[in-house]
Amino acid sequence: MKLLDSLRFHIATLFQGSRRNAEIEEELRSHIQHRADDLERSGLDRAEAERRAHIEFGGQERFREECHEALGSNFIDSLLQDVRFALRVLRKSSGFTVAAVLTLALAIGANALVFGVMDGLILRPLNVAQAESLYGTEYGDYSGFQSYPNYLDLRDRNRSFDDLAAFNFVFVGLDTGNNPSQATGYATSGNYFDVLKIQPLFGRVFHSSDEHGRNSAPYIVLSYGYWHSRFQDDRGMLGRVIQLDKHPFTVIGVAPPEFRGTLLFVSPDFFMPIVNQEQVGGENILDARGNIHGVFEAFGHLKPGVTLAQAVADVNAVGANLEKTYPKEVSHKSSSLSRQGLTSFGGPVRAFVAGLMLLAGLILLAACANLGSLFAAHAADRSREVALRLALGSSRNRILRQLLTEAVLISLVGGALGLMGSVALLGRLSMWQPFPGAPVHVPISPDAKLYVVALVLALVSGFLFGIVPVRQVLRANPYEIVKAGSAGRLGRRTTVRDVLLVVQIAICAVLVTSSMVAVRGLVRSLHSNFGFEQRNAMLVSANLAMAGYSADRVSAMQKRMIDAMETISGVERVGLVNNYPPLVYASGSRANVFKDEIRDLRQSNVAAMPFRYDVSPGYFDAASTALLAGRTFSWHDDKDAPPVAVVNRELAGKMFGSVTNAIGMYYRMQDGTRVQVVGVVEDGKYLSVTEDQQPAMFLSSLQSPSSAAYLVVRSRRDPQELAAAMRSKVRELDAGLPVNIDTWSTLLDVVLFPSRVATVSLGVMGMMGAMLSITGIFGMAAYSVSKRLRELGIRIALGAKRTEVLQAALGRAFKLLAFGSSAGLLLGILASRVLSFIVYQATPRDPLVLGGVVLAMLLLGLLSTWIPARRALSIDPLVMLREE
Amino acid sequence: MANQAQLLPGTLDLLILRAVSLGPLHGYGILLRIGQISRNALLIEQGALYPGLFRLVRQGLLKASWGTSENNRRAKFYELTAAGRRRLREETDNWNRLVAAIASALSVQPEEV
Repeated sequence: MKLLDSLRFHIATLFQGSRRNAEIEEELRSHIQHRADDLERSGLDRAEAERRAHIEFGGQERFREECHEALGSNFIDSLLQDVRFALRVLRKSSGFTVAAVLTLALAIGANALVFGVMDGLILRPLNVAQAESLYGTEYGDYSGFQSYPNYLDLRDRNRSFDDLAAFNFVFVGLDTGNNPSQATGYATSGNYFDVLKIQPLFGRVFHSSDEHGRNSAPYIVLSYGYWHSRFQDDRGMLGRVIQLDKHPFTVIGVAPPEFRGTLLFVSPDFFMPIVNQEQVGGENILDARGNIHGVFEAFGHLKPGVTLAQAVADVNAVGANLEKTYPKEVSHKSSSLSRQGLTSFGGPVRAFVAGLMLLAGLILLAACANLGSLFAAHAADRSREVALRLALGSSRNRILRQLLTEAVLISLVGGALGLMGSVALLGRLSMWQPFPGAPVHVPISPDAKLYVVALVLALVSGFLFGIVPVRQVLRANPYEIVKAGSAGRLGRRTTVRDVLLVVQIAICAVLVTSSMVAVRGLVRSLHSNFGFEQRNAMLVSANLAMAGYSADRVSAMQKRMIDAMETISGVERVGLVNNYPPLVYASGSRANVFKDEIRDLRQSNVAAMPFRYDVSPGYFDAASTALLAGRTFSWHDDKDAPPVAVVNRELAGKMFGSVTNAIGMYYRMQDGTRVQVVGVVEDGKYLSVTEDQQPAMFLSSLQSPSSAAYLVVRSRRDPQELAAAMRSKVRELDAGLPVNIDTWSTLLDVVLFPSRVATVSLGVMGMMGAMLSITGIFGMAAYSVSKRLRELGIRIALGAKRTEVLQAALGRAFKLLAFGSSAGLLLGILASRVLSFIVYQATPRDPLVLGGVVLAMLLLGLLSTWIPARRALSIDPLVMLREE
Repeated sequence: MANQAQLLPGTLDLLILRAVSLGPLHGYGILLRIGQISRNALLIEQGALYPGLFRLVRQGLLKASWGTSENNRRAKFYELTAAGRRRLREETDNWNRLVAAIASALSVQPEEV
């Protein structure tokens, strides 16, 4: 309170200086009146008494002044004076101000943006109680996948967790009576909500006690978001029975709004018990120890006193033990524990954000170098003014304060602008749904932390570079400077400013190089061969389980759908692939294969782990995958026929030595089945565009039907029209079957997403770098021209040619530019090695990239020296000499 | 008037603190109180009081508030803050030491040296 009072007092005196005067006036008058009262009491009349009182009081003007002095000018007063003066100076040198503010705004904006992303993805824990002790399992390949029986054993045998919960994703057709639609949910262990200590918004959640074995708990808990958007906050939903894939589930509660599942990216529409997953997945995972996709992640709170290392050792001990007990089904990969929220995405996300941080840091560094040279030039321009003020008796302290006030003002304005920009962008980012139809979002909300970071960054960089010219000012000898005039010394030595400029240009060249490498890599990866042709191909995802088809009816219905699609005019070929086509949702499954002669099918005898696709006849034509040898599938390769496979070139080479050798050969699957290779197709990309060449095998979908599948429809017709036609065909067959129709290219966006984001970020950073180098070089060139106006004027008067004038004026700037650019280019090429991990085919050894960078830097140089060059050439020596 | 003593520099502040320590007073009241407690032996220019008062307020030794005087006029009243009370004690001790030292120095007789 006291502080507030004094602040109020200061502010009052600040804005009401006249009131302070009035108070002093009133107090002095009061004194004289009191004295006059006394004198009047002693017998004088009032007028005489007042006259005497005035005289006795003494020199009123002098005391009034002394009073003002005694009250002193307060801190805020002089601060305001500084600010007013700084504003005047900055307005006068508007070019400097705009350049400095923009530079800072760019740098602070970029850093605030990246910090916002980092805060949302990495720093902020999951929105649940005691998130700091919550850990999830992660295996060798950074995924938490494991089988459900393994999870149960881990839950019961570990000694490190209070309790262990697990979840997996389910994609279902959700029907409240008449409108089936696709929804995404978590299938969770019964103890899920109890482990997280989550209370429902209303209704109840399910518990371990609700689980009584297979399909025993037909309950769902809706997420708040889904309840709000799909059911318009209808509390009547409680107790309603809704259909998930044609199985009845009772809505027992709604989760609280702040809880959006245990993954930051994927917020589910609902939660259901994992013991009922068979009803929506069509497959019983509860007893399948070999199915490592039974559980997406297991997690729990560490017991108090248990260290992370102990817990990891414990989890690994359980895993090793399981491998020994079940050698056929379990191959234990050494596991670790990670904070909840990102799980398997944690590694790449952290790497990506770290990369962004690094780039943003570079931007800030470049901006600081830029600011440093700007401030130094600005201070040099003002050395005469500063010298005059010193000569007139101003203290150096006061002048330093003045300079710092200017720096802080600029950093505040620049920081505020940058922050505003980044908050707007972050807002857009958090609304962004990168993939249509997938509940993926970027969990970002700018908060106080962000503002503090931006403010601190702005102030620190402002202070740092406000200080650059301080030495210059303190060393200044007023007498010398006033005498010598503004021309000063002609700096031939390498100055701090030169070094700053070279550093800045080098950093910018690194950014420009990396962004070009990235853009080029992306363009190439869009045009590279994926082993299929995504253009002119539509994908129809349909899960027959969502419409209640039993396993024995699946194949027939899928054949009817293929036939129906082929009747659409303009459709060339239709095929089907179970689960997901290559490169869709980065989702593929691998299978173990063994050499034909192996009898002991233990994990250590596995010959290869190819990706497995189950495809229908016609698939390879529809996908435009080239057949290299043998044949593809026909409708006769069904359950009654011997198992056959088509392998890719990689697998053929790996197992049988060559493409031609492979045809007619046999290999074994995990369950012992002998499969004959009937064809070999070209290699392709399966999980991600950056992967090394992987083996793949294609089996006949007729021999292992699955209710979840994609139809691949090849046609040159307009996608929109085609989608409508396809939808109506599906409706004719079964109106209750929800389908999603997209082009293959659209779905490829998902796998290309990381490199696309990387490219866009790098592109933006590169642009920023370019802009910074423009302001930097411009500042330097403009400054050197204005410093040497007189010299240049004399040169012109003596008959120098235009080229000579230009060389004198800008030669140095260009030399620095060339030096900085080549250093940056070299560094950029080194840095691009790192890029190749994110961006497919990012290689700096590309003449186009190298040429592009050189050209870009040259253009930047020309652009930024244009105005100073014009100025140097337009010097009129007569005017110049008269001026001095 | 002729037998009044000139103030030593710096002593006005001490006198103001002392006067105010006896109870809250307005400016003119302080002047009267100093006259009363010094038995009118000191000459103080009336206007000189105010810069001193403002200085003490700024140092946080006094605090001021507007009120109504016994003459029913608006006046600013001053009172001691805790810091002011502490300062008064210190300054009083200092003064006493100084006076004792000077008095003893001045009263020394030739044979005592």
